[in-house]
Amino acid sequence: METLAFLMHGFAVAATPTNLGLAAMGAVVGTMVGVLPGLGPVNAVAMLVPVVFALGLPPESSMILMAAIYIGSEYGGRISAILINVPGEASAVMTALEGYPLSRQGLAGVALSLSAVTSFIGSLLATIGIVLFAPILSKWALAFGPVEYVALMVFAFACLTGLLADQPVKALLAAGIGLALSTIGIDANSGVMRYTFDMPNLIDGLAFSTLVIGLFAISELLILLQTHHGEKSVQIPKGGRKLFNLSELRFTFPAALRGSAIGFFIGLLPGAGGTVGSALAYSTERKMAERSAKTNRFGNGDLRGLATVEAANNSASNSNFIPMLTLGIPSSGTTAIMLGVLTLYNLTPGPMLFTSQPDLVWGLIASLFIGNIMLLAMNIPLVGVFARMLTVPAWVLVPFIVVVSAVGVYSGKSASFDLVLMVAVGAIAYWLRRLQVPMAPLILGFVLGGILETNLRRALSLSAGDAQILWSSWIAIVLWAAAVAILVLPHVLRRLLPPEARLSED
Amino acid sequence: MIHTNLGRIAMLAGTAVAASVTVASAAPDRPECIAPAQPGGGFDITCKLAQAAMTEADILPSPMRVSYMPGGIGAVAFSTVVGQRNDEPGTIVAFSAGSLLNLAQGKFGAHDVDDVRWVASIGTDYGAVVVPADSEYDSLSAMMDAIKADSGSVILGAGGTIGSQDWMKAALTARAAGIDHKSMRFVAFEGGGDCATALQGGHVQACMNDVGDSQAAIDGGAPLKLLAIFADERLPGKLAEVPTAKEQGFDIEWPIVRGFYVGPEVSDEDYQWWADSFKTAMEAPGYAALLQSRNLLPLPMTGEELDTFVKTSVADYRTLATEFELVRQ
Repeated sequence: METLAFLMHGFAVAATPTNLGLAAMGAVVGTMVGVLPGLGPVNAVAMLVPVVFALGLPPESSMILMAAIYIGSEYGGRISAILINVPGEASAVMTALEGYPLSRQGLAGVALSLSAVTSFIGSLLATIGIVLFAPILSKWALAFGPVEYVALMVFAFACLTGLLADQPVKALLAAGIGLALSTIGIDANSGVMRYTFDMPNLIDGLAFSTLVIGLFAISELLILLQTHHGEKSVQIPKGGRKLFNLSELRFTFPAALRGSAIGFFIGLLPGAGGTVGSALAYSTERKMAERSAKTNRFGNGDLRGLATVEAANNSASNSNFIPMLTLGIPSSGTTAIMLGVLTLYNLTPGPMLFTSQPDLVWGLIASLFIGNIMLLAMNIPLVGVFARMLTVPAWVLVPFIVVVSAVGVYSGKSASFDLVLMVAVGAIAYWLRRLQVPMAPLILGFVLGGILETNLRRALSLSAGDAQILWSSWIAIVLWAAAVAILVLPHVLRRLLPPEARLSED
Repeated sequence: MIHTNLGRIAMLAGTAVAASVTVASAAPDRPECIAPAQPGGGFDITCKLAQAAMTEADILPSPMRVSYMPGGIGAVAFSTVVGQRNDEPGTIVAFSAGSLLNLAQGKFGAHDVDDVRWVASIGTDYGAVVVPADSEYDSLSAMMDAIKADSGSVILGAGGTIGSQDWMKAALTARAAGIDHKSMRFVAFEGGGDCATALQGGHVQACMNDVGDSQAAIDGGAPLKLLAIFADERLPGKLAEVPTAKEQGFDIEWPIVRGFYVGPEVSDEDYQWWADSFKTAMEAPGYAALLQSRNLLPLPMTGEELDTFVKTSVADYRTLATEFELVRQ
């Protein structure tokens, strides 16, 4: 029970008034930057670094503050996704799929409160996972080399066929556009410029935030212009519930658990994180729901889809800390900055951190527990406030979000190029959306395509072009088999099952 | 609000400095250091070092602002300072040897080394060959012999694409060992950290990384070791145990200089103010500690001296790029 003693010690560190205050502040700041697309935890944490030093905070306090911002942003990202269909964070793209239809049906309060609770479940389970398994699991992060990433991405793409339901051709087209967009920029292997048209701003490729704001926020604004200006977006039904009820929680709880588990393991892998984790969790739930047509409301606001996605991305953002704390490997932009801050304190991140800095490591882990409780306590009472935001006419709300996001994009890059690009992307997205091309496969194609391509190229340069390397490890073989199973099994089962079970195709 | 305050304080301080030191003109308004990348990388460290050094030596009374301008491996910041913001006396931009290499290979578009004014270098790192602690190779020559015997036996990883600094180090080593650089197994990662991770997972056998990051990882307990350092002489401190590549028969040096430039239309007085200020800051007693905590070694050059150094380096890089057939057209 050495671990328990360390954890208790961690709580003693995290529960000082200063550290509690910092965790609360981080939770608030994190939620705010999470709500706004274009402003992410990376920006907030980077801006805070000089402040942290000016205040002369000890290392554990500054880590606690930054960690709270990071996990807070995951809670915040869901709010704009549910309310106005604009994901505030990369990992909230899937949240919008079920969350937005729910709020259109006047169930915004239910969606917000339920997702807050499943976010909390995901975070809590992941934090317990950190306490129990961190040292063992660090090996898992190292075992994933280029080959395994290729197989994981193929598996992820196979899972995404779950998104094809209503408009298979258009969804595939969207994923293809996303893949194509991910090839823009300097080729990670040869250094050759691709589709940059000699513009220095395109050398690094398209920025994710620019793309998301263009695809979701700007196009939403244009659609708004086209429809009526004056109408209120949603009439909240009189006496409508603000909170979910127990049967809804019972209904979605298994989904939240599955999402937490998926998010936890994907979050361990550097670079993959919440976006991939939530996409996998969503597809899993959707596939499972398709087996019984009676309760399947996926695509029209299924609570399970929302619950699992939020559990998964919060779980992933917490388990992200495992490679950081046990190996000194940053698994996201935010954890990279946190590691950078440690070196400024003359602490060297790496496998020794656990033994040489128990205050810091266990204080941070304890603060994840505290931060998550604070975020839950903060989010539930605020559900009403956020849900009431829908009574603000969309023609006020959406432009406001767009303006603030644009400021975020500009301040992150200090270049007006991205603003122009953002508007151009928005115009194209508007046209695509009018043709009923879904945006979620597009953005996922963009994110996964980049990871897939670099790792495929790496794997092939490891083997000097021999494709056999792609199934040279057990992890890879298992993932390939799972990908094939996901693509083939539903069709086989459909043949085997009696006709009345085929109701899900309408 | 913060800006105007900073500016006012900077002006006051400027007059104080001007009164006591005859060479220096007034400190420029709103001093700002642009790190041409996302927060958290090497350029960020370079700017933060300047920020700390200038405050420590009382040259700027309050910390200089650090801003980020990612894009095009530094090309966006370069063209901004050559173009729209070419006469801002208070704006310095961080550069590294990598920026000079990109400039030499024409990756900064039409811009050239003469398009900006090179102010100061404030420290340097060196290239290093890193292997896992339990690697079968205990010297660079042993590893190169193995590559010579079977080019597939050792897979080299690096934190950059073909043509990047890390690739150059690998290609130069291969050439010095009499191996065709095209037969080398080379895998590009996003930054040396990713390569070190792959090294620990056994996915590659060696990384062409930098001394600073590698030593920091080793200090933190990562199971890695350094086979060779691409410096002229052995480095001080605990790094003295690591032999140079030169000692092992590979006559290659690869310093990774870090410094700053200003826009082409910045006046001679302001340019000189920055050069003098950096000189003073780097002579201040606390500077060595600042460098050390960022895993850098001293390489103080300012003004004219740096300008010559930069231009020679770019010319050298250009020759190398031609030799390795990296420059097309």
